Amino acid sequence: MSWFDNWHLPKWFYQMASPKWFFDFGARLQPWFAALALLFIVCGLVWGLLYAPADYQQGNSFRIMYVHVPAAILSQSIFLMMGVTGAIGLIWKMKVAFMVARACTLVGASFTALALITGAIWGKPTWGAYWVWDARLTSTLIMLFLYTGVMALNQAIADRSVAGRATAILAIIGSINIPVIKYSVEWWNTLHQASTFTLTAKPSMPPEMYMPLLFMVLGCYCLCAWLVVQGTRNEILDQERQASWVARYLEDQ
Amino acid sequence: MYAEVFTTMQSTTPPTLLQVDQLACERDERSLFVGLQFTVKAGEIWHIKGPNGAGKTSLLRQLAGLLPVDQGQVSFPTGKQLLYIGHKLSIKDQLSANENLSWLTALTVSSTENQRYAALEKVGLRGYEESLAAQLSAGQRRRIALARLHLNPAPLWLLDEPLTAMDQQGVMDEQRWFVEHLRTGGAIVLTSHQDLLLDNVKILDLSAAVEAAL
Amino acid sequence: MMSFVLSIIRRDLLLVMRYPAEMVNPLVFFVLVVALFPMGVSPEAKLLSQAAAGVVWVAALLATLLSLDILFKADFADGSLEQLLLAPQPVWALVLAKVVVHWLVSGLPLVLLSPVVATMLFLPTEAMPALLLSLLVGTPTLSLFGAVGAALVTGVKTGGMLISLLVLPLYIPVLLFGTGAVAAAAQGMPVAGYLAYLGAMLVFALMVTPWAAATALKIGQMQG
Repeated sequence: MSWFDNWHLPKWFYQMASPKWFFDFGARLQPWFAALALLFIVCGLVWGLLYAPADYQQGNSFRIMYVHVPAAILSQSIFLMMGVTGAIGLIWKMKVAFMVARACTLVGASFTALALITGAIWGKPTWGAYWVWDARLTSTLIMLFLYTGVMALNQAIADRSVAGRATAILAIIGSINIPVIKYSVEWWNTLHQASTFTLTAKPSMPPEMYMPLLFMVLGCYCLCAWLVVQGTRNEILDQERQASWVARYLEDQ
Repeated sequence: MYAEVFTTMQSTTPPTLLQVDQLACERDERSLFVGLQFTVKAGEIWHIKGPNGAGKTSLLRQLAGLLPVDQGQVSFPTGKQLLYIGHKLSIKDQLSANENLSWLTALTVSSTENQRYAALEKVGLRGYEESLAAQLSAGQRRRIALARLHLNPAPLWLLDEPLTAMDQQGVMDEQRWFVEHLRTGGAIVLTSHQDLLLDNVKILDLSAAVEAAL
Repeated sequence: MMSFVLSIIRRDLLLVMRYPAEMVNPLVFFVLVVALFPMGVSPEAKLLSQAAAGVVWVAALLATLLSLDILFKADFADGSLEQLLLAPQPVWALVLAKVVVHWLVSGLPLVLLSPVVATMLFLPTEAMPALLLSLLVGTPTLSLFGAVGAALVTGVKTGGMLISLLVLPLYIPVLLFGTGAVAAAAQGMPVAGYLAYLGAMLVFALMVTPWAAATALKIGQMQG
């Protein structure tokens, strides 16, 4: 384990990353994430579903974009987050980082599945088929494969500290491959001309259609943050169950 | 029976080959031992004892550098030159005794065929040099691995259960090699369920460390 | 270091020669998968020649996957991996040596066999060089990413199936550019661009995967 044994940072870095510290700090952050997520998502949904103008080509069916696009964006962001936290965990031997990465897995896979399902629902009125080998749908499908790989590896290794390290490597390799995969899929898609127009790559989306989308994206990021913090806190309670502070915390509940 | 070896050793202060400080080990979220502290000097043989699951193999693997050291420190004041022979012997079935010895030795030093044949003869494998390992018995396969002791100049030997599968003569022979190694300034850390017949064996009992961990 | 790498390559090639089934089985599988395709779809030449590049490439991916198990599994099981990791040489050198052997034993024979199976699928002759070249540049990348997958599952008992799940998504860009090159050649378009992309991916894989596989091998020892 030589190379990551020899890296050392100031002591506060480790204290900051102690499970107990993260557990308490996460508890203080969570209400903010929840409030912001609620605010942005409610605004975005009301604006997008009720007030934004209908699309001149697709009519009202385009409104599913307000769920599909944020989900597809988050799918990639969360995988990247897994890669980054995994790298932090490997380099600085930080248990909490692996726990965050582990919490990211399920949240990310769920958003990916949501993006695929909404994409299929959107595809039916647009293309007349639930599945078309569109660039975004294809790369989202590949994202789902990447997530299932991480989850399968996580499950196959019983020792959680080993599982955390192994999945970190897979997440890092996957993350740096995401741009390559995205680029190659887009290129392949234009080559084969599977669809004449893509779902959202409109030359000019008017602000009243675009702004609700921005709200939804921000809201989903906050929701995701809340979910990941919650998942990490659960993971901390589970993995640190022998620690005395966990026993005290559970007694207080 | 080998007492005279140790009286001559004590006249000079032997160098420290391995230093272990506050070492702890955790496997599968379970603490095996904590706060291990010992120093291995040249000329010393350490016998790690403890019941099954006490962490004897894990300790050896930590010393070798195969398991990460999360708590405490393992240091080699005179440089990390060690020979580790684990529970799994790393003998390839499809290779002959000589070929196995050749690649294993080549990882650290170069050896000639004559040297390898001599080493195999020392471990009682004369005439089996070109036999495939698959055709040899468990004890003979262990002897191939032990032949490395005669080719590798590393002063510190880490041996996991080196006496299993060996016949009575083999057990005696092996301990004679140990003594020779200690006399030439080497040191040995080993695990074994059998008691050694040597004098001045230092005992490291992990069952005590297990109690400390609980 | 070079002698370390060479000695591992020599040892592993010797092991393959003593037990050639390990090398031959994935190749038979490769031909078998390609032969299944006309039987399952249609023996019609026009249809087959259109699908030929994709079928050959997908079969090559699957055959590579099957052979990944030989990279580290036996070495892990008999303890050789411990000794290789304890050697004073850096672990990425070990990974590179292993990948070279894997490619010589699995990738290169696939490249050499590909004209035969491509002919069975009526691939146009003008696309043949593109298929050969794309496989030649693409298969080392498959071996490199495969090494990461194989290293990650060393200590895992149900390794075989798991490797596929870990590695196949990473193979997709290679598949897309590899088949793209052949399709372009069949239409009489230049293929240099595609090969350049495949080459870039190979360089990229060379930079990233030896480190990743080396770290994964060390982590695998934690379950030993």
